Order: sequence, then C-alpha cells, then structure tokens
Amino acid sequence: MSEILNFHYEVDGTDFTSAGQSSVSVKKELRRLGLPAEIIRQVSIAMYEGEINMVIHAHGGVADINLYEDKIEIILEDHGPGIKDIDLAMQEGYSTAKENIRSLGFGAGMGLPNMKKYTDEMYIDSVVGVGTKVRMIVNIPG
Amino acid sequence: MTVEKLKNELNLKAVCLADPEREIEGGYVGDLLSWVMGKAQSGNVWITIMSNMNIIAVASLTDVACIVLAEGVQLDENVVNTAKLKEINVLQSDKSAFDLAAEISDLI
Ligand SMILES: Nc1ncnc2c1ncn2[C@@H]1O[C@H](COP(=O)(O)OP(=O)(O)O)[C@@H](O)[C@H]1O
Ligand SMILES: [Mg+2]
Repeated sequence: MSEILNFHYEVDGTDFTSAGQSSVSVKKELRRLGLPAEIIRQVSIAMYEGEINMVIHAHGGVADINLYEDKIEIILEDHGPGIKDIDLAMQEGYSTAKENIRSLGFGAGMGLPNMKKYTDEMYIDSVVGVGTKVRMIVNIPG
Repeated sequence: MTVEKLKNELNLKAVCLADPEREIEGGYVGDLLSWVMGKAQSGNVWITIMSNMNIIAVASLTDVACIVLAEGVQLDENVVNTAKLKEINVLQSDKSAFDLAAEISDLI
C-alpha cells in the first residue's frame, strides 16, 4: 500500500537536553491528523526511546515516520557503534549507559523493551562499528 | 478531579498551570524515565524528583495530566519555559513522594 505522509528528522547527538524534540513533534502532527490517542501514545513513546538511544549510544542519527492508511512505520538509523548482542540488549534492565546518563533518569535498560511493548512489529539490524537500524510498525485499527 | 482542584486541595505550588481543567485519573511515582514511559497512563499524576528538561518530553509523550515535583525540587528557568511552551502542567511541593502519593490517593 502506498505511503500517505512522511516526516523526516535529523536527531542531534550532541545536545542531550533537546533530545525528544522529533518525537514530541510527531505526536503533534499525528494529533493534528486525528489519529486515535492510544496509537499516538504508542508511536511517540516508541520513537522517543529510539531517539534517546541514538543520542546516548550512537551520537545521533535520522528518524523517518511513514504514515500509511493502516499502519505507521518508524525507522531510526544511526552510524554509531552498533549492538553486539541484540538478544542481550533486548533484555529488561540491560544497559551500558554511564553514570552521567543514569543521573538524568535514563539508562534503566527498559528502552528497547518499551519499543517492543508499544509496537506491533520491531526489527533491529545492527553491525558493530557500522551502525544500527531499527524499524517499528504500529497498526492502525480499521 | 481537575489539576487546579488538586493544586488547591493540597496547597501545591503551580510551577506551570497550562491546562488547569485537565482531569486526573490515577497516578504513577518514579524517576527512571523508561519506567515512567512503560507504566504511566494517560491522565495520571506523575510524582517525581527528576528535574531535567527530559521530564517535559516524557510528560508530553505519556500524556500524563500533570507532573508533581516532590521534596522541594526546583526547575531551571529554561525547563519552566519549555513546560509553558508545550503546555505541560507542573506542580511542586516540599513533601516526599510517599506523602504526596498517599494524600493524592485519598483525594482522587
Ligand atoms: N542505537 C544504538 N546504538 C548502539 N547501542 C544501542 C543502541 N540502542 C540500544 N543500544 C544498546 O542496547 C542497550 C539497551 O538499550 P535500552 O533498552 O534502550 O536501555 P538503555 O538505553 O537504558 O541503556 C543500551 O544500553 C546499548 O548498549
Ligand atoms: Mg534506551
């Protein structure tokens, strides 16, 4: 099915305090389009966790939101260090975040589990030393 | 109960009262942001001692009714400004998260 709308964002990997701007902006756009509140919540939280991961683990990246008639696709791509063991990274509580990140309330190791929880499909492609691509899909109930 | 009524009943300080008529349904207490995003529900009161900029995005995305800062925690001016801009309700109190949760739970 053809794509209706696309939103593209550059996620700055240096400014931690502005992290999340793309997700908040997506939330606003989806609300304007009149999507169900619960779908908006799922999409924007999943995207935020991915956005934060790109900032704290991968020096930033790009985010694309593709809106279709029946689903929303979120693609996050970075050229960071990559994830060596994806199964381990997916475990609740697993985190390599440093103390300075933890003191801000991040690094609980619940980001990837939340992304899985709030989406219907999630795929991670990651190559150590090359980067990470996360693709998530949230279905829009018909 | 609305956010404004909660503020008045418990004598909370209004750091940013952007949407005073917002209805409150239940609450969540926590400082680890991913836990908040995984567990807090739309319309909740979110009690926390976290004060950095990211709490505004988290409150917006989870669609909580308001943030309640416990233990007299203060926000930097730029965080307050962002709360105003994003229309996020933020209240504050000198009480502990435990006491606030108990009092709010009695009220709502
Ligand atoms: N985009 C990414 N690039 C490199 N490593 C990542 C990326 N996203 C996640 N990771 C790795 O997976 C771990 C778990 O991620 P997550 O569940 O979001 O927890 P947290 O971000 O709190 O550490 C991270 O600590 C990190 O080691
Ligand atoms: Mg994370």
